Amino acid sequence: MTPERGWRQAIVAGLVWGLSAVFVSLVGLVEAVQQRQIITGVIAGGHAMLLLMAVGAGVQAANRLAARGASRVLLGAALAGAIAGTLVALLILLSTIVNMRPILVGATPTLFAVLSLGLGVTALPWVVIIGIVAASSGAALTLLPPTVRRLTVTGAATVLLVGLFQELVQLMLQSERIARVRDLFFTIDGLPPRGALIVLAIAVGISAVWGQQRPKVRRKIADLAPGQRRAVQTVGLVAGVALVLLMPILAGPFLSQVLVLVGLYTLMGLGLNLEVGFAGLLDLGFAAFFAIGAFTVGLLTTTGPLAIANFSWWTATLIAVVVSLISGVFFGLPVLGIRGDYLAIATLGFGEIIRLMVLSDFLRPWLGGSQGVLAIPKPVLFGYELRGPEQLFYLTLGASAIIAFVAARLRDSRLGRAWMALREDEDVAQAMGINLINVKLLAYAIGAAFAGVGGAIFAVMVSSVFPHSFTVLLSINVLALIIVGGMGSLPGVVVGSLALVGLPELLREFSDFRFLVYGAVLMLMMIMRPEGLWPAAAQRRELHEEVERVPEGEMVTKVEEAGT
Amino acid sequence: MKRIQIPIALAVVLLLAVSPYFVPAAPAATMGPVTDSLGVVKINRGQPIQIAYWLVVAGPDASLGIDSRRGIELAIEDKKTVAGFRVRLIGEDSGCNAEGGVTAATKLAANRALVAAIGSSCSSEAVPGAPILWKAGVVTVSPSNTAPRLTAANRGKDYDGYMRTAHNDLVQGRVAAEFARRSLKVSRAATVHDGSPYAEGLAGAFADNFKKLGGTVTSTEAIAPTDTDMRPVLTKIAAGRPELIYYPIFIAAGGFITRQAKEVAGLSGVKLMSADGTFSPDFRKASGDSVVGVYNTSPDLSPQAMGGGYPTFLNKHKKKYGENPISAFHPHAYDAAMILFRAIERVGKKDSAGNLYIGRKALRDALFATRNYRGLTGTINCNQFGDCADPKIAVYQHVTADPAKWNAGVDPKKIYP
Amino acid sequence: MDVNATALPRPQWWRRVSIVDLYLWFFRLAVLVVVVWGTVGTLRAGQYSGEVWLDFVIFGFSQGAIYALIALGYTMVYGILRMINFAHGEIFMSGAYTGYFFADALDRAGFFDRHPIISLLIVLCISMGVSTGIALLLERIAYRPLRRAPRLVPLISAIGASFFLQYTFRGLYGSGFRAYPEAEILKGEWIIAGAGILRTQAVVIVASILLMLALYMFVMRTKTGTAMRAVSEDLEVAALMGINVDRIIVITFAIGAAAAGAAGILYAVVFKQVHFFMGFIPGLKAFTAAVLGGIGNIPGAMVGGMFLGIFESVGPILFLDGLGIVAPYQLKDVIAFTMLVMVLIFRPSGILGERLAQKKA
Repeated sequence: MTPERGWRQAIVAGLVWGLSAVFVSLVGLVEAVQQRQIITGVIAGGHAMLLLMAVGAGVQAANRLAARGASRVLLGAALAGAIAGTLVALLILLSTIVNMRPILVGATPTLFAVLSLGLGVTALPWVVIIGIVAASSGAALTLLPPTVRRLTVTGAATVLLVGLFQELVQLMLQSERIARVRDLFFTIDGLPPRGALIVLAIAVGISAVWGQQRPKVRRKIADLAPGQRRAVQTVGLVAGVALVLLMPILAGPFLSQVLVLVGLYTLMGLGLNLEVGFAGLLDLGFAAFFAIGAFTVGLLTTTGPLAIANFSWWTATLIAVVVSLISGVFFGLPVLGIRGDYLAIATLGFGEIIRLMVLSDFLRPWLGGSQGVLAIPKPVLFGYELRGPEQLFYLTLGASAIIAFVAARLRDSRLGRAWMALREDEDVAQAMGINLINVKLLAYAIGAAFAGVGGAIFAVMVSSVFPHSFTVLLSINVLALIIVGGMGSLPGVVVGSLALVGLPELLREFSDFRFLVYGAVLMLMMIMRPEGLWPAAAQRRELHEEVERVPEGEMVTKVEEAGT
Repeated sequence: MKRIQIPIALAVVLLLAVSPYFVPAAPAATMGPVTDSLGVVKINRGQPIQIAYWLVVAGPDASLGIDSRRGIELAIEDKKTVAGFRVRLIGEDSGCNAEGGVTAATKLAANRALVAAIGSSCSSEAVPGAPILWKAGVVTVSPSNTAPRLTAANRGKDYDGYMRTAHNDLVQGRVAAEFARRSLKVSRAATVHDGSPYAEGLAGAFADNFKKLGGTVTSTEAIAPTDTDMRPVLTKIAAGRPELIYYPIFIAAGGFITRQAKEVAGLSGVKLMSADGTFSPDFRKASGDSVVGVYNTSPDLSPQAMGGGYPTFLNKHKKKYGENPISAFHPHAYDAAMILFRAIERVGKKDSAGNLYIGRKALRDALFATRNYRGLTGTINCNQFGDCADPKIAVYQHVTADPAKWNAGVDPKKIYP
Repeated sequence: MDVNATALPRPQWWRRVSIVDLYLWFFRLAVLVVVVWGTVGTLRAGQYSGEVWLDFVIFGFSQGAIYALIALGYTMVYGILRMINFAHGEIFMSGAYTGYFFADALDRAGFFDRHPIISLLIVLCISMGVSTGIALLLERIAYRPLRRAPRLVPLISAIGASFFLQYTFRGLYGSGFRAYPEAEILKGEWIIAGAGILRTQAVVIVASILLMLALYMFVMRTKTGTAMRAVSEDLEVAALMGINVDRIIVITFAIGAAAAGAAGILYAVVFKQVHFFMGFIPGLKAFTAAVLGGIGNIPGAMVGGMFLGIFESVGPILFLDGLGIVAPYQLKDVIAFTMLVMVLIFRPSGILGERLAQKKA
C-alpha cells in the first residue's frame, strides 16, 4: 500500500463518518436519542452516538494505516477525527447563518444545542477537538494489547447497554426484595454515575476472570473422557432450557410480550425458510397465509356476531392448519411455472389481493371488513386460561419447538433434499426425476401451515383480527429476518427474529427511525455479510466465494484492456 | 451418572432459589392505611406520582397523539401538585393499530408503580389494550377514542377500567346527518370511507341517521388511504347525483378528494363534508383552494360550548409550544388528566411518614363517580360505562384556504348549531 | 435417427392433461366469467353515459402515462441486470419531493405565476437531475458490489435501499406532505372533439409520449443505445466486444431515473401533493405495468402503463359494479394485481413479448 493511499483512506474514513454524523443529525436521530440518558447527568444518547461515530472514524483510519507504526496510526486517526469534527462544526456554523428549518424539519434549535453542547458558535473548535480526541482514542484501542482492548470494550459496551436499556432492566428488577440492590445501581431517572462505575467494575471483573479461566476450562473439557464431556454438555443444555423456561418470570410481562412477538415471527420465519431457504421459492405474499390462519381461528372461536362456530382454540388451530395447507396448495398451483423475481412479484400480488379482499366492504358480512373480528377468547388449557404474555410465551415456545423440530427433520429428509436440489437448479432437479409439482406444492403448503399456526397465536394475542395487520411490510419483514439471520439455517431464524423484531420493540420510542435503520442494516448486511448472522454451513461457503466485491474501477479497467 | 445429576440439581435449585427475588410480589391487598381488592400503589414521600400516556406520538398520525399529550402536560403544569406530590408523566407510543396498543399497554401494565394511564388515541388500540391495563389494575381515560363499542352496555367486564372524555362517534354521525338534512336541506348524500374502523364507523353512523331523517344515501364508497387518483370513484358517485358527499377520512386522502371533486364533471355544486380526522391546518395544505366552503364536523371548540377556561388554555399552549393546537382533542386530554387528579386526591391516603397510598379499585370507582365537573370541554358526567363526555359536536365551514390563518371557530367558521 | 423415427405415440389428450393444467384452465375461466358477467351487468344497468365512460378512459390514460414513465426505469434496469430495482419508486419520489422546494421558492418569488412554463421546465430539470443523482449513488453503493451475488441478495439490498430512502426523506423533510403551487394556466379543461379533458391530464399524456419517443429513438438509433441493447442481450459477450459495461449500466440507471424524475413532476402537476411514501405504490404498479407490457421492452412499458391505468380506472366500474359489489373502487388494486398474476402465469413475456433471450429466470 502506497503511503498516499493510506492517508487518503484515512481522509475518506473521516469524510464518511463525518457525513454520517451530519446525516444522522439532520434526520432527527440524534435529537431523539438525546432524550435518553445513558448515564444520568453525564452523557445522553445523542452525544454518545456522535462520539461513537468519531471513534469509528478513528478505528477505520487506524486499520488502514495499521502497518505503518503507532505514531502514524494515531496521526491518521487524528486526521480522520478532525475531518469528521470539522464537518459537524460546519453544520453548526451553517445553522447560525441560515435557518434551515422550513426545509429540513430536523434542523431544530434543540439539535444545534445538542451538537454545540449548548455553547453555540464558541463550541466549534471544541467540536473538532472532541473529534480528534475520540478518534485517537479509537485508534489507541486498536494499538492496545488484545486483553486490555477486550476488557475496555466489554466494560464500555456493558455500561452503554445498561444505560440505554435501564428502563427495561429496572422493570425486570421490580420486586421489593431486591429493592436495595436495585437502588444501588439505579435511580428513578436512570443510571447514575455511581451505578455506571459499579456496572463497569463488574463487567470488567467478570470479563477478566473469564478471560483468565477460559483456556483452562476449555482444556479441561477437552481432556475429559467423551462420556463425561457429553455429561457436561447435557448440563449446559439443561441449564439453557431451564433459563428459557424461566424467562417470562425473570423478564416480566413486557419482555415476555416482546418475546411472544419474537416467537411469532420465528414461527413465520421457519415457514418462509422452508420456501425460500430450502426450496428457493421466493415468496413475498406470505402475510396472506398468516392472515388465513388468524381469520380461521378468529371466525371459529369468536363470541361476536361473525362466528361460524364455537370451537376451542385448539380445535380451531388444527382446522386453521388444514385450511392454510390447502390455501398453500391453491396459491402454489398457479405460480408453479414462474421463477425467480417474477415469482416474488406474483406472490406479492397474491398477498395484496388477499389483504384487499379481507378488508373490502364486499366481504364485510363474513369477514368483518375494516372493523375486523373481535372478542376472540383466550385459549384454555385444562381449565386454565392462557391470559397473559407469560402464558402465551409458553404456548409460542411450544409451537416453535414443535415446528422447528418438524423443519429440522424435513431438512434432512428426502423431501428436504429434493427442495435443495430444486433451489440449486430446477431443470437439473427435474431431469434427476424429482416431481417438481409435488415438491413445490409441498413447500408452499407446509410453509403456509407454519404461518397458519403463527396466525392462530396472533389472533389470541391481540384478541382480535384486523385486516390492517397483514401488509406487504409483514412479508418483507419475515423475508428480511431470515436473510439477516441466515437463509436456510434454523438458529438463524431465531437470531434474525431477535434482531429485527425484538430489538425494535425494545427501542419503541425510536420507532420513527426504525425503518431507516432497517434499510441501512439490510443494505450493509448484504454487502458485508450476505450469508447472515448465523448461517448454515453450506451458505457460508457458497456466498463467500461468490460475492466478489468489485473494487472501484477494476472491472472497467479489465474490460477496457480487453476491448481496446 | 452421579456427575450429571448433581450439577443439574444444583442448577435447578439455584434458579428456583433466585427467582422469587425477581418476581414482583402480588399486589398487596393492604398497604399502610388503605385496603383494596385490586391492590394498592405506594408513593414514597418525595417521589412523584407516575401517570403514563399511551398515545400515537410517532408516525403519520402523530399530530393526534402529540396534541393530546400537550393537553396532559398543560394540565400537570396547571395543577402543580396532586395531594402534595408532583406528577411525572411517562408514556409509550401506541402506533394507532392493535399490536401497538397491545405492546404499549403491556409495557405500561408491567410497571407496578404506575397509578393510572391516559389513552389511547385510536380505538383500534384500545380494544385489545384496555383489558390488558385493567388486568393490572390500571385505569385508563381516553381523550380521543370515539368508537361506540368501547362504552357500549355490552362491553364486558374487561373494560371496567376504561372510560373516555371524548365523544361517541354515534353522536358525530348524528349531528352531521342532522345538519345535512335540516340546515343544508339535502336529500341525497354519498359517503366515502377509507377502510379504517374509525371512518367506516362514522360513515355508517351518518348513513343510518340520514336515512332515518328521510334522506337517501346514493352510494357508499370506499377507497384505500394511499389512493391518489379519486376521480374514478368521484365519477361513479356523480352518476348517482348526490347533493352532498360525506368523507370522514384522514388528511392525505381527504385532500385528494377535495381537490379532485372540483374536477369531476357532474359534481359541480355538490357540497363536501368531512369530519374531525381532517380538522387541521394540514388539510388546507392538502386541498389547496378547493377547501373553501368545505364543511367539517368536529368537537365544538368555541367559547360558548367550551367550559370557561379554554381561551386561557389556548394562550398557555401557544406560549409553551409556539403554535396553535394541531389537532382537536387537547381539551379532552386536559380534562381527562384533571378528573384523574381529582379522583387521586379523593381516594389517596397518607400515613404518618407522609407516604401516599392509592387503592386501585377505589380510584376507578372515584373516577366513574365524577359528576358535574366543569372542564374545558363542558360538564363532565361519567356514566357507568365510561362515557364521560359532554358531546358537543359542531359543524364548521372553511372560509379561506390559508393554513396560516387557521383559527378554529373563526376560520373555519362555526356555523352549526 | 431410427430411435426418433420410432418415437412413442403421444398419449391421448386426457392423459396429457395434469391437475395443474386443469386448475389453470379453471382459473382463466373464473376470471373470464367474472369479467363478462360484470360487464354485461353494468352495461345492462346503463347507469353511466358515454361521456362518463370517456372520462374514465381519459383518467386511466393520464394515470397510465405516469406509470409508463416509471415503468421505463424498471424495464431497462431489469433488461440489463435482471434485477428488480425495488428502490425505483423512491427515485421517483425523490425527484418530485426535491422539485417541490424549488417550485415553492419560485412561487414565493412570484416567478411561478408569471412564467409557469419556464418554471415547470426548471423544476423538471432539477427533479430529473436529483433522481439521476440518487440512482447513480444507489447503483454505486448498493448494487455494484453485489453484481455477482445470487439473485436474492441484490433484491434484499434493493428493499433495504427503498426503506432507507423513504425514511431518509421522512427524517429530513418531515412526515407531512407538501403541496405544489398551482399554475393558473393549467387549471380548467380543454374541450377536444366534444369531450372535456383536464389541462393537466393533457399535458401529462403529451409530455410522457414525447419523452418516451425520445427515449425510444435514443435506444434504437444511437451508438450508446445499441450498446445498451447489446448488454441486455448478453452481458459477457458485450464486454468481450469492447463495450464498457460499467459505463453502460450507469447510463441505463441514469436514463431510467431521469424518466422517473420527469414522472415525478408530472405526478405533482396532476396530484399536487408530495409525500415521503408516495413512491411505494406507484413503484409497485409501474413494475406491474412493465411486466404487463413485456419487460426489457420500451414500447412495452408504454403499452403496459396505459393498459394498467385504463384497467384500474375502468375496471371496477365495468365489471365489479355489475356484479353488485359494494364499493368497487376499494378493490381496484385487486384488479391490477390479478392482471399482474395472470400475465405472469399465462404470458410472462408480456403483451409485446420479451425482447430478451429466454434466460432461465
